[in-house]
Amino acid sequence: MDIPFIPVLLISHLAATLIGGLGLRLLFASKNRDPQYGLMLGAGVGLVGGLAAVYLLWLSFAYLISTRTWKDIDAGVDPPLLTERTKRDIAKTFTVFFLVIPGMTVFFLFVLYPIIRAANYSFYDWKGFGDPTDYVKFANYEKLREHKVFRDTLSNSFKLMGLSLMVQLPLAMLLALLVGRGNLPGRRIFRFLLFVPYVFSEVIAAIIWMYVFHPTSGLANMTLDAILPSYTNIAFLGEKEYVLYAIFTVVTWKFFGFHLILYMAGLQGVPKDLEEAARVDGAAWWQVLGRVTMPLMASTIRLTVYLSVLGSFQQFVIVQVLTRGGDPYNTGHVITTYLYKYGLKHLRIGYGSAVAVLLFAMTLLFSLGYQRMLMRRDYQEAGR
Amino acid sequence: MIGKESTVHATQTADEQADVHVISPDVSTARRAFRYDLVLATIIKYAILLLVTAIVMAPVATAILGSMRTTGEFLARPFGLPRNGIQWTNYTNILESDSFWTATKNSLIITVGVAGINIVLASMLAFAFSRVRFFGRGLVFNILSFGLLFPLVVAILPLFIQIREFGLIDNLWGIILPLVAFTLPYSVVILRNFFIAIPSELEDAAYIDGCTTLGFFRRILIPIARPGLAAVATLNVVAAWNEYFLPLLVLTREDKWPLPLGIMQFQGQFGTEWALVMAYVVILMVPALIFYMFAERYIVTGLTGGELKG
Repeated sequence: MDIPFIPVLLISHLAATLIGGLGLRLLFASKNRDPQYGLMLGAGVGLVGGLAAVYLLWLSFAYLISTRTWKDIDAGVDPPLLTERTKRDIAKTFTVFFLVIPGMTVFFLFVLYPIIRAANYSFYDWKGFGDPTDYVKFANYEKLREHKVFRDTLSNSFKLMGLSLMVQLPLAMLLALLVGRGNLPGRRIFRFLLFVPYVFSEVIAAIIWMYVFHPTSGLANMTLDAILPSYTNIAFLGEKEYVLYAIFTVVTWKFFGFHLILYMAGLQGVPKDLEEAARVDGAAWWQVLGRVTMPLMASTIRLTVYLSVLGSFQQFVIVQVLTRGGDPYNTGHVITTYLYKYGLKHLRIGYGSAVAVLLFAMTLLFSLGYQRMLMRRDYQEAGR
Repeated sequence: MIGKESTVHATQTADEQADVHVISPDVSTARRAFRYDLVLATIIKYAILLLVTAIVMAPVATAILGSMRTTGEFLARPFGLPRNGIQWTNYTNILESDSFWTATKNSLIITVGVAGINIVLASMLAFAFSRVRFFGRGLVFNILSFGLLFPLVVAILPLFIQIREFGLIDNLWGIILPLVAFTLPYSVVILRNFFIAIPSELEDAAYIDGCTTLGFFRRILIPIARPGLAAVATLNVVAAWNEYFLPLLVLTREDKWPLPLGIMQFQGQFGTEWALVMAYVVILMVPALIFYMFAERYIVTGLTGGELKG
């Protein structure tokens, strides 16, 4: 008799986890202890204990249905208690559990579970202490829509994204073409120097630039003053017309090296003989670039556009440090700093969760749409 | 001008010279005219590179020069050599303070913890996802790669509540475990690429010789995939060393703060002492640069997702 071990194990395991978790949750609630702990504890015990329990059950079950008798054993015919296949399945199950459970537990506890809970909080007016009880439906989202600062924030984030796509990526591409290949002497040194800002932490980058943008003695004003006649000093970080461009400068300075690396990697995948062939056929350098090199780089470009869009929505540290949390007058926010100021600093968890959910939704929609429409081909090529 | 042209000619690579032989004589005169363009192109290329590099390096140079001078000198001219001698006191002030070394210790604990735990968990997961066939493998891997979409910044609020419920406020584990969780998806994806690239004949041979699945993983796969592990560890070291947001929320006690929080607090306290702040900045820049010089190829491998192997 041979019943497939793994599906049975998975089902019983799910049951053990659910029963353990929910059971302990109820027990803890009735004894006035934190039901959350009960749920976690029960699920954990169910997850680990379930494996052992199922293994033991399986063994006793195997005894029950075993067809061997004393007569067989006396006769030296000894059919094995567990079939070879079941033994293999059991060994494999233990291996897989050993490999997968620790990592997935950490991932579940600190990534997945909090994200699911945030969606729930966003429907409550909750200060973050006790249980959320004040159910307000979509009020948090409506407040968000009406908040002028939030609208400015959204437009800042989108502008940052647009600027990144139109300035940062072309710049990185130009530099990659110059230092990524060819035989320009000294290109390794340039490559090293250009990548240096990416190595520094965002805090360091922001602090340096805070002084560079200083309204009277900063390097930016001093340099512009020396180059342009009749230039008056600008408080880059203190005026709302300039603050976004100041942020963008620092973000570009810090992150173009990352795109540079990706483009250099992509350029290595462009076959040299194709470009050489085009050149021999009399194509000028811009034709080679536009008709041969760029189309071959398309998948890399699609990837960097994707990462750049996500990255500009997820900027936090640089903006937070540069604008000291949204200066001047809350016009220097991006979504994450808004979330920090209005959600976390005053512990308005419900409201902050609404911002977070909106950010999740935007990220998710963009990722799925973009990957489905533009990057699917790349995956197929990669999978070939 | 002619001299310059001939040096360019001399530096042509061997294969391009070979090209000249293949192409008929009248085309080769056309190529000579092209070489003149090449000189111009080279000059333009250098001009662009020098300009961009100058702009990129200017803030770094200001920080370094500023840290060597007095605040007064710095305010008068943001860019200039130290004329009154190098102000070593800027550095020694920081290096002699206890808070700097406490912050360094905390940063080291966080970095080593994150990189160590992450590399163990990620390699186990990547092995299961690439080399062991089991029911639901695709589903579990998809759930994990869902995490690629949500960096820590996006999920910070629910994460903060979670950490508080586990009682990990003011505890370095409250930084290490979430950082491990959020860096896990990317590490697994990179390592999986490395593991898949290892030929399956090796695996078959090991199993025929009586190796168990875990034995193959520990004795054969891990030693072979060492460059991949190094790339992942490097990325994690950089991420953990630089993390600012999570410690900002979770650690309220000063003696638990890592360096990014330390420098922000220092900046808040001595913001007008430009030279001192820049000295702190330079002290933090130096280890980052040294690390980069030694780990450059691993960083490149890691950033390109294991596609470009150093």
